[in-house]
Amino acid sequence: MVQNIIDVRNLSKSFDISSKEPGLKGTIKHFFRRQTKSLKVIKDISFEIKEGEIVGFLGANGAGKTTILKMLCGLIYPSEGSILVSGYLPFRRKENFLKNITLIMGQKQQLIWDLPPIESFYLNAAIYGLDKFEAKKRIKKLSEMLEIDEELFIPVRKLSLGQRMKSELLAALIHEPNILFLDEPTLGLDINAQRNLRKFLQNYNKETNATICLTSHYMKDITSLCKRVICVHEGEISYDGKLDLLLKKLSPVKEIIIVCRSEEDAIKLENSGFTIKNKIKNEITIKIDNNSITSSLKTILNNFDIEDLFINEPPVDEIIGKVLIKKDYDI
Amino acid sequence: MISNLINNKIFTLLKVQYSNMLEYRVEIALWAISGIIPFFMLNIWTSNNLNESINISDVLLSRYFLCAFFVRQFSVVWVVFSFEEDSLMGKVSPYLIQPLNPFFRYFAQHLAEQITRFPFALIIAFFFFIFNPETIWIPNLSILILSILSTFLSFLIQFLIQSIVACLCFWTEKASSIERLLFIPTLFLSGLLAPVVSFPEYVKSWIYLTPFPYLIDFPANLLSGNETNIRGGLSMQILWIFLLFPLFKKIWSEGTKKYTAMGS
Repeated sequence: MVQNIIDVRNLSKSFDISSKEPGLKGTIKHFFRRQTKSLKVIKDISFEIKEGEIVGFLGANGAGKTTILKMLCGLIYPSEGSILVSGYLPFRRKENFLKNITLIMGQKQQLIWDLPPIESFYLNAAIYGLDKFEAKKRIKKLSEMLEIDEELFIPVRKLSLGQRMKSELLAALIHEPNILFLDEPTLGLDINAQRNLRKFLQNYNKETNATICLTSHYMKDITSLCKRVICVHEGEISYDGKLDLLLKKLSPVKEIIIVCRSEEDAIKLENSGFTIKNKIKNEITIKIDNNSITSSLKTILNNFDIEDLFINEPPVDEIIGKVLIKKDYDI
Repeated sequence: MISNLINNKIFTLLKVQYSNMLEYRVEIALWAISGIIPFFMLNIWTSNNLNESINISDVLLSRYFLCAFFVRQFSVVWVVFSFEEDSLMGKVSPYLIQPLNPFFRYFAQHLAEQITRFPFALIIAFFFFIFNPETIWIPNLSILILSILSTFLSFLIQFLIQSIVACLCFWTEKASSIERLLFIPTLFLSGLLAPVVSFPEYVKSWIYLTPFPYLIDFPANLLSGNETNIRGGLSMQILWIFLLFPLFKKIWSEGTKKYTAMGS
């Protein structure tokens, strides 16, 4: 049986936020009497993640995804509830716990700006207690996986965003962590760089059975990496389960565009009991329930003279977009 | 085994930070030049014959201010500004989840900067001796070693004070403004502008209870060969380190609970 590597129970986090009215009057008032209020950004959430799972955290901006990741890796202190990651309380930041995890933030970097990445790699290797021989071996392996070579010896400030991101990944993975927390790792990367990064993460997960917790606004990251998603809405979990189940639930029908050889066939199909979305001459768009798609297509192909046929998958972004603005999904 | 690992961490950290500092060698040369306040003060003291009031000869006073310059060069600390920026920009976040306190990075940065600074400080001293050949002296080896130790202890005290202030970033976000308040007593009571011996007796007795005279005045007097209580001075430096270190640990531990990782 696969063990739970992350166990979160009734977790909440509040921040003290100061507010100020606009204008000079507001500024003076704010100077003499600062008003702060406690804002609960994470509200009593619970979930578990199994070893080797890749889980995507979805939510609108400010929903609380990054705050959850920051608490999971021990960067910030939870206000209430409990977190166990790999058997450790993250915030205590015990050495063995820190050697097991890594956090990669798409918009933040740990590489030393004026030096080539290789210097930061050796520094990180020393910090994680690796000897030079082991460090060299891991740098070689990871740089091959990430397809970086010459970039290792060029000052970070002169690298492109994609090259920098790859180097960041290498620096963050040199200690071969079991748990990866990735906060928008593909932010700002071009399509090819995004694809390469996803491929790398898939391979890393496959080779090391590492657990990956990921947030991203690019749906392609989520659909190609995560089988399971946790949707966060205003600090609460609105959905926790399989991604394909969520997609089916939110988009229960598919649109099929059928081009008939003749208009007579199109009329025949129009009157055959399928739900018709529209018909233009001999081209008909019908809606078919996800559960009966195979049988329906079989019927159509057997009974009508079909010239061409397209299955129109609804855009995932659109479907997920619905989740981000709704509170509960009972799947 | 453990000491090997620690040595490896510290040695690599120093090596990398030194490479990084070499990228800024021009800036560091300018910083070294900008630390010549003691020479201005020397000029004010000697041109107004102020040294007569404290019974110190021109030569000894010149040596004192040259040593004050040297001690200042190797004990200057700016950790509060670096930490404040890193903390506000969220740059400290990746360091917080590494098995090494982020202050070790700043510590290594300072040491690396001092090594980079060293040749520039020597060049300035060389020119000082050209214009003031009568001040040339060779301290004996034991005094030299004790002076280096005392300068390092002075650096540790300043690093700990600023690190404590830097940790206030977790509460106030602009901790450097508190450091500016500390800069005033540091400037006047440390011996940078005037040897502490020049203060009135009743003021002196209070000053020696603070950490400030052990930052510049004590190591500079030690190195320049002026009369000083070596054992007392070193003991006070060590005492201040023992007082400040647990305070830093406590404030760090409480502060990180307040960390919100903003900017990231």
